[in-house]
Amino acid sequence: MKELIRRTRKSFTSGDRQSDPQIPDNMWAKCPACGQIVYSRELEDNMKVCPKCGYHHRLSAREWLTFLDTGSFEERDMHLLPMDPLEFVSLDVSYAEKLQQAQKKTGLTDAVTGGVGTIEGIPLVIAICDFSFMGASMGSVYGEKMSRAVERAADLGVPLLTINSSGGARMQEGLISLMQMAKISIALTRLAAAHQPHISLLTDPCYGGVTASYASIADIILAEPGANIGFAGKRVIEQTIRQKLPPEFQTAEFMLEHGMIDMVITRSELRAVLSRLLRLYRRAPQPAPVQHTAVMAS
Amino acid sequence: MDAPQQHEITPWERVQRARHPNRPRTLDYVRAMTDDFVEMHGDRRFGDDLALVAGVASFNGQTVVVIGHQKGQDTRENVRRNFGMPHPEGYRKALRMFEHAEQFGFPVLCFIDTPGANPNKDSEERGQANAIAENILKMAGLKTPIVACVIGEGGSGGALAIGVADRLLMMENAIYSVASPEASASILWRDSAKAPDAAKAMRITARDLVELGIADDIVPEPAEGAHTDNVATIANVRQYLQKHLDELRKLDTDTLLAQRYNKYRTIGRYQEKTQSIFQHEHTEPYHNGNTNN
Repeated sequence: MKELIRRTRKSFTSGDRQSDPQIPDNMWAKCPACGQIVYSRELEDNMKVCPKCGYHHRLSAREWLTFLDTGSFEERDMHLLPMDPLEFVSLDVSYAEKLQQAQKKTGLTDAVTGGVGTIEGIPLVIAICDFSFMGASMGSVYGEKMSRAVERAADLGVPLLTINSSGGARMQEGLISLMQMAKISIALTRLAAAHQPHISLLTDPCYGGVTASYASIADIILAEPGANIGFAGKRVIEQTIRQKLPPEFQTAEFMLEHGMIDMVITRSELRAVLSRLLRLYRRAPQPAPVQHTAVMAS
Repeated sequence: MDAPQQHEITPWERVQRARHPNRPRTLDYVRAMTDDFVEMHGDRRFGDDLALVAGVASFNGQTVVVIGHQKGQDTRENVRRNFGMPHPEGYRKALRMFEHAEQFGFPVLCFIDTPGANPNKDSEERGQANAIAENILKMAGLKTPIVACVIGEGGSGGALAIGVADRLLMMENAIYSVASPEASASILWRDSAKAPDAAKAMRITARDLVELGIADDIVPEPAEGAHTDNVATIANVRQYLQKHLDELRKLDTDTLLAQRYNKYRTIGRYQEKTQSIFQHEHTEPYHNGNTNN
């Protein structure tokens, strides 16, 4: 019976998802998961986790930055701009137009924001995907910013934190999009050589090229409760096997159960877990970072 | 580079040729161009995946590891081979063989021919994304030469999972795309019947991918396509694989890995503003994809 009620509510609310239930000026917001009306301020204070049902609302890149020490973030590579490498011939809206729309809507140049910062005083490199920019699809700028973040972490000798979310490939960049998977992965060989950890946080949703490359092979993989994570989209699989998939399929909890990730953590635990990990993986006391190329025994 | 003459063949016609049931498959190439082929089975974790074949063989007197997607030539064989769509255990068999190649210093030859990685419930439960990701990372740092050739269809992550190579060859009528033309048309324009338009717009042909700096060379096919003359087709592929392998074998491991790093690290096109955004917009285009040609 409970199941039934939940399901009807879900289908009832799914229709007005597009109209974005959390308009920032609104005093009240409707949770897309439980459908309950929540005081916006309360939602903000709770790191956008629904106080009624625990649903983790999607965060923008800017909102994720609040998990770093206040004022510690310095953005890098902000001047990278997308191009139209295929001169994509669209049957409807051109790629250039889509990019402009997304840029106007989000105030971002592309889906990834990267830079350096600290958590509890420990430095790290951070790269964040913003799903509201064309579904955080992976194009040239995504791949380049992520690769530079990886290399920066290796060069500085600090850990890398990626906060991931993506619908998959940037279709308008064709195979260049697919090759970003190889590009970021090859950069990761440098981070491995620097003996610095890559911590990957999977947030809702993570599909396609991002899960089939760097995000799934991090040294430590965390995921937010209820986040949808998978390789192929649910609809594609349902069409292939011609049957409905259970609601728990491809959730963070499903991934944990199948041994694909290290832990599911709530937003309220995140900073504490990250700082604990950063302490554990720190190899030398600050502020003298160890040069791993140097001979340590002498 | 001797790019073969392009006739008035549309990208959509190339898609048909790339998928032609009578095209030679991985095992046809391996059996015809190598000696003493020994097929290896299983991923040592879960099972043996017939959609991906792997083994060791002698290629012009040199032991190599061969890895490839395997489609069938009739319905029965295709069902047995799952239409060349591997499950995670297929990719993990490949992973094992990449490590094997590194262990014994054998170069790797990869034959790409898949609509994509198998999208079903079992694959997700066993970590399809993880299996592909592990392979990409392994190839990125593998201390032995890798030459890959797209012999038919290169389908997205399922192709890249054995396709991070020092040299990527495309057969003249092969295609390589981030999603099939049908799926692309469906995602972009909500109409899979627009697949011929997508085939063009997505730039999936051999010539396109050389221009984009992703593919390194094009292996010519008989005038009417590979399916019309297996012997000539296989001879061409053999010649091109040998040529590229010979070049790579002259490199020491550090140089090989540095070149591979540079090859993949520079794929992509973007522009970077070098001045403050408040000045007059001074932008420098980066055509990184072209630097490899």
